[in-house]
Amino acid sequence: MTEYQSGTIRKLSGIAVSPGIIIGKAHLVDRKTVKILYQYLIGEEQVKAEVARFENALETTERQLTRVKNGMADLVKEHAFIIESHLMILKDSMLTGSTIRRIDEEKINAEWALKKSLEEIRGIFRQIEDEYISTRITDVENVADRILRNLAGEDSDGIGEINERVIIVAHDLSPADTSELNIEKVMGFITDAGGRTSHTGIIAQALEIPAIVGLESATDAVQEGDLLIVDGNSGDVVINPDDSEIIHYQERQLGYEEYKSSIARISHLPAVTSDGHRINVSANVEFLEEVAAIKEHGGEGIGLYRTEILYLRSRKLPSEQELFENYREVAEIMAPACVTIRTLDLGGDKIAGSFELMNEANPALGMRAIRFCLKEPAIFKTQLKAILRASIYGQVQILFPMISGLRELLDAKELLDQAKRELEREKVDFDDRIRIGIMIEVPSAVTMADVLAAHVDFFSIGTNDLIQYALASDRINEHVAYMFEPFHPAILRMIKQVVMATKEAGIGLSICGEMAGDPLCIFILVALGIEDLSLNSRSIPLIKKIVRSLSRKEAEKDLENIFRLKTADEVRGYMMAKMQSIVPELEEKGYLGG
Amino acid sequence: MIKRIKIKNHLGLHARAAAKIVELGNRYRSTLFLRKGGQEVDGSSILSILSLSCPKGSEIEVNVEGEDERLFMDALEELFSQKFGEPK
Repeated sequence: MTEYQSGTIRKLSGIAVSPGIIIGKAHLVDRKTVKILYQYLIGEEQVKAEVARFENALETTERQLTRVKNGMADLVKEHAFIIESHLMILKDSMLTGSTIRRIDEEKINAEWALKKSLEEIRGIFRQIEDEYISTRITDVENVADRILRNLAGEDSDGIGEINERVIIVAHDLSPADTSELNIEKVMGFITDAGGRTSHTGIIAQALEIPAIVGLESATDAVQEGDLLIVDGNSGDVVINPDDSEIIHYQERQLGYEEYKSSIARISHLPAVTSDGHRINVSANVEFLEEVAAIKEHGGEGIGLYRTEILYLRSRKLPSEQELFENYREVAEIMAPACVTIRTLDLGGDKIAGSFELMNEANPALGMRAIRFCLKEPAIFKTQLKAILRASIYGQVQILFPMISGLRELLDAKELLDQAKRELEREKVDFDDRIRIGIMIEVPSAVTMADVLAAHVDFFSIGTNDLIQYALASDRINEHVAYMFEPFHPAILRMIKQVVMATKEAGIGLSICGEMAGDPLCIFILVALGIEDLSLNSRSIPLIKKIVRSLSRKEAEKDLENIFRLKTADEVRGYMMAKMQSIVPELEEKGYLGG
Repeated sequence: MIKRIKIKNHLGLHARAAAKIVELGNRYRSTLFLRKGGQEVDGSSILSILSLSCPKGSEIEVNVEGEDERLFMDALEELFSQKFGEPK
């Protein structure tokens, strides 16, 4: 997907995961280990100089780490401990003391000596049975890496030490990388790897800066300091643009900002189709801090409150009280609007802070979400009790993730009943008629939708996981990310089947995956008769605006045509043309890119 | 002086706890060695302490030597009994 011009790549195109257009300087973050490691023997007379060179590198490393620690944004302050432990490792006799001893005794260069010390520590750590501790070796490797870079005299500092506003160019960014970022200095992200739902996108959306992933060769094509145009609406990157390109993109940027504020002004109004059907647009929320902004963006509730963060924030499990206070606050802020609390969905692509002990070859298909909760009923019940207790402070409903069949649902409901009985014994108030729903994200749940529907009050389709499982495509694997396609006819048929089942049973249905926030998907969702959408709160104004431009009756008539199409490309093309004719300014403003 | 101390905190001698021991040690002149199951490690090295692998409930031998050993030992015992400030 690259365009060659006079021998060098000037344009790249990838997957736009966070909107916005920026023009700025590139900053490459190379996380690949320094590969070339020269090993050589040194003479007796060079020992002193070699030790001094090593100590210099240590000092530089210490300075860098201290700067990272002090410069951490409030958002990521809780990670400061990691940097502190890195500083300690830096001064540890096992790592640096032994390196100096090796230089002296074995007469080898600093890099070689450091590598040997690292190997020794690796050996020791490998024997540690406690898996949490043995995996801490990565911290040691991180520190050694940094020292090696400083020995090589590379001043391409860590990611946290940027002092002007830049566009981060990386192969991929891990949650740890982004936690090290000096956020105020980052204008946007572009990465080689990643798919539509990768972590980079989530962070960028939270920061409201553009991001493009899956560019494949960004780190090869872009040089440090290159001027870049990043169009997070279309997924295009222009390297060292000429004047006319800059002017073109500045105009697009301006147009985009204006359009954004124009739709934001009417976002508080309900989303009603032109033929009078109201669509409820709620928000997906991860952090308590996001809740306040929901109403501002026109959100009419929380369709998905993710509860993992409290479990990931500390090494210990949160208490019932801690969870309750969090849920209660959310319920109170949103009341009388509804808050759908999804029970613990740990595992898969998420970091399992408290449960690192599980090492699975295929975590997405492993011990996660409801499976984990049913295996650890005490942990699960603690959360259920907290949700139940919060239920009297607003409009709360429970959502079980990753249900694959009736057995799991019944087991989860049984534990919910136990939690209720326990609260009764403790004489604690809760809403006994709290509504229960399940995520439809495992293909077997789609097939069994009619059976499952008889046991719950509502379904919520998690399109991201459903697509991943149905199309057997890992959305964060850069090689198959292209397959992750909501318009695959199989996905549309599955959604239709779920819609039928809910209508038959007379229960609620909401869509809470990325599809609900995708301008191209809304038409189909409305046509299918879906009335509840839950999405990233910043996309709410746009989605409401699109809903207002649609007529459900007209859309329904089109369903037959859409379901006759046989490939994802055909559907995407059809929807693109459709949206271009219904809301022409969408394309103009870059919302139909991606 | 040598004392046996039981590890009571939930997580055992993990990185955070080990870091606190090293930090504490920096404030005293005495040397600190920790011993468990025949393995003795330098108490000023976070990596060494981690390599001792002490889960909750295990007992370790703490050896403090030097002019301010009593003060250091008291502070250490306090740190262990406070469970390294680990929240309950």
